[in-house]
Amino acid sequence: MTTIESRTALVGTTGARRAAAPAVFRRLRIGPILSVLFLLFLVAAVVDPSLLAHFQPLAVDPSRSLQAPSAGHIFGTDESGRDVFSRVVYGAAPSLSIGLVATALGIVIAVVLGALAGLGGRVVDAVIGRFLEVLFAFPALLLALLFVTIFGASVTSLIISVGLGSAPGYARMVRGQIISVKNAPYVEASYVLGHSSSRVLRRTILPNAMRPLLVLGTLGIGQSIVWASSLSFLGLGAAPPAPEWGAMLADGRDFISSAWWVELFPGAMIVLVTLATTSLGRYLQRRLEGRGADA
Amino acid sequence: MTALEVEDLRVGFGTGADHREVVGGISFSVAAGECLAIVGESGSGKSVSARSLIGLAGPGARVSAAKLELHGTDVRDFPDRRWRDIRGREVGFILQDALVSLDPLRSVGKEISETLTLHRWGNATTRHARVLELLELVGVPEPQLRARQLSGELSGGQRQRALIASAIALDPLLLIADEPTTALDVTVQAQIVDLLHETKARGKALLVISHDLAVVARLADRVAVMNHGVIVEQGPTAQVLSNPKDSYTQRLLDAVPSAHSRGTRLSPTTPSQFVSSARQTRAATKGETLIAVDHVSKSYKGLDGVTRTVVNDVSFELGVGETLGVVGESGSGKTTVARLVLAVTEPDSGRITLKGEQWSGIAEKLRRPRRRLVTTVYQDPLSSFDPRWSAARLILDALPQDRYEGPARRARVDELLSLVGLSADFGPRRPLQLSGGQRQRVAIARALAPEPSVIVCDESVSALDVSIQAQVLDLLSDIQQQLDVSYLFISHDLGVIHHVSDRVLVMHNGRIVEQGSAGDIFEKPQDAYTKQLLSSLPRIQQVAGK
Repeated sequence: MTTIESRTALVGTTGARRAAAPAVFRRLRIGPILSVLFLLFLVAAVVDPSLLAHFQPLAVDPSRSLQAPSAGHIFGTDESGRDVFSRVVYGAAPSLSIGLVATALGIVIAVVLGALAGLGGRVVDAVIGRFLEVLFAFPALLLALLFVTIFGASVTSLIISVGLGSAPGYARMVRGQIISVKNAPYVEASYVLGHSSSRVLRRTILPNAMRPLLVLGTLGIGQSIVWASSLSFLGLGAAPPAPEWGAMLADGRDFISSAWWVELFPGAMIVLVTLATTSLGRYLQRRLEGRGADA
Repeated sequence: MTALEVEDLRVGFGTGADHREVVGGISFSVAAGECLAIVGESGSGKSVSARSLIGLAGPGARVSAAKLELHGTDVRDFPDRRWRDIRGREVGFILQDALVSLDPLRSVGKEISETLTLHRWGNATTRHARVLELLELVGVPEPQLRARQLSGELSGGQRQRALIASAIALDPLLLIADEPTTALDVTVQAQIVDLLHETKARGKALLVISHDLAVVARLADRVAVMNHGVIVEQGPTAQVLSNPKDSYTQRLLDAVPSAHSRGTRLSPTTPSQFVSSARQTRAATKGETLIAVDHVSKSYKGLDGVTRTVVNDVSFELGVGETLGVVGESGSGKTTVARLVLAVTEPDSGRITLKGEQWSGIAEKLRRPRRRLVTTVYQDPLSSFDPRWSAARLILDALPQDRYEGPARRARVDELLSLVGLSADFGPRRPLQLSGGQRQRVAIARALAPEPSVIVCDESVSALDVSIQAQVLDLLSDIQQQLDVSYLFISHDLGVIHHVSDRVLVMHNGRIVEQGSAGDIFEKPQDAYTKQLLSSLPRIQQVAGK
């Protein structure tokens, strides 16, 4: 066949090389796999920390204070001789639950506000809209700080304040979703079939409007954990001896030049959790939205 | 002189085991002053063939050819930079969708002069003069004013003209137009066809990609029919359209609805079997009035604060088992009429009755129990389906609540699926896993589920390929014969309207300018607008002499 030799590739092929690299990543999905593995480790730490950690998180041993990481204490010890690894493991439950509960709370508040704004008509929408804008005008962390100052430092007020701080963002999204879904042709199609407004709302509008929340909520968990840790770091959350990552960070900051491990490991955990939830959230987003987009 | 010569063009996507060849070795040539049309249905590879000719096949595409010559120059090994030089200067490309192909934030004049700027043509003054000259040439009125406007301020036809102006700005010898008239009204369509004709008369070579055989019949000197990535037939237009050699071409031609196809089947299918149509209530008898629209008007306030009357004093009746076609250009108020009949919008004045009872201007509570009598099939079925639901779930949701209990509901869903020619296997599929034609079938099954008396079809077949459209039209007529359902059939496609309608309404600027039997309207139009509409209708028969 002479044509085979004489046939030359045209410019269109340049695109092939460009597309090849991301395709490999798409197939392997390293990010989500590592994220899931890490989150499994955390689940184990929450369910039964004694499986992973051999020391009690509050067991003080002054003779072993500020020891560098070794085979016995892989993350080293803090100034009171407590095992940092055990504290990080035991700290998973309070740190994560603050993040999860706060995100859940934020979403619940947001769904109520967003649904009222999206469905309640012009006046309600305007009132809620302005209220959300006021909340937006304050940095969320400042808002949380204000709340903790008023109601006192405790894990409960920490959760409420972080939840409140994250609500406006979700609420806006819920409102926008409801408004766009409300006007979607499939909602009209449902009315035309003779379904009552409450049935259309329950079975069509709300479930479709809430779809992106799953993804956003996953992305938000990391954010909430960072906020909660920041507040704990400032001494506004969990009380000092308790193994909470933010509080541990606050403890370790005095030794950062001499004993870096006290600071590094709880900090690394916060970063990793945020990375893992965000990477998983993005993955879900791509999957769900991709399915919605291509025909 | 040969402007373009292509031999054994192949386009594939993916590598290794995933490799898919979408164009499997096609050859053709276009001479100066000649128009070649590549016709075919979506997925036939016609668009990607055209795009690969100018190096825009898309990311991941593998393009090869034994010969690809532009004005006698081999362009196969040209690097990107050379291609950028060729595009616009040597080859003009008119993109598929005029309505979105223009930058909404730039003036039309800027958009056109960009081609000139990119190829360093003249200076600012001469470029401006050239833009005005081009707009004049493509028949945009008041070029001075239009050049300053944003694309959103121009009508669809004017935007398409502006696109053509930018494609011919540098006077390229070859013009490639991908579906240049799709999405345009018939009258505008005719003007664009004329414009392309003039371009050809000035000695340009024209390569037109289209699925619309009627437009092709008016424009092309030669036709190449593509199916599954290969050219199945190629030859002079009149010969291919009147005396096709290939069976696929024949099927394509048969599928085009027109005056001649009335009462015949468009697709090579047998009428669908009805399982238990006896359950369908036949309360009314044929000929009885079902819906009466009496002096109805509706106006909307636009964003600019100006109130526009979209439906102006419209009266008509729809009888049992009848198909009433509504035809008109976009903006004529057709869709608003559909929405009024569906009672999703209320008339400002006048009244609508359903089976003699008040239908408009009553509380939703009173209307809801009767809603099942009037259902609809939308143009875009996908957007009318809840994206979370499977086909079966969608149909299940539409079943009347007081009938079909327990397992009978499931059985009824399967029955409806088989009614529209889908097996029960399609039930669990989601809309995205269905083809366009299958989706429209599911939409029809859903419209039938409440056992309606009237189905409002608003451009229901407009987005479908001609052979799929033929199947759906056949299906609708089968259903009507068996169930005596009435259709309010809205379309901008005169051929479709002529094929399906018993009676026709012609709408223009919100008014019904003429109504009567399909035969009278199409053979003896009285109104000036109807005459104009009919004269702009491209017909395959004009060329083919069929």
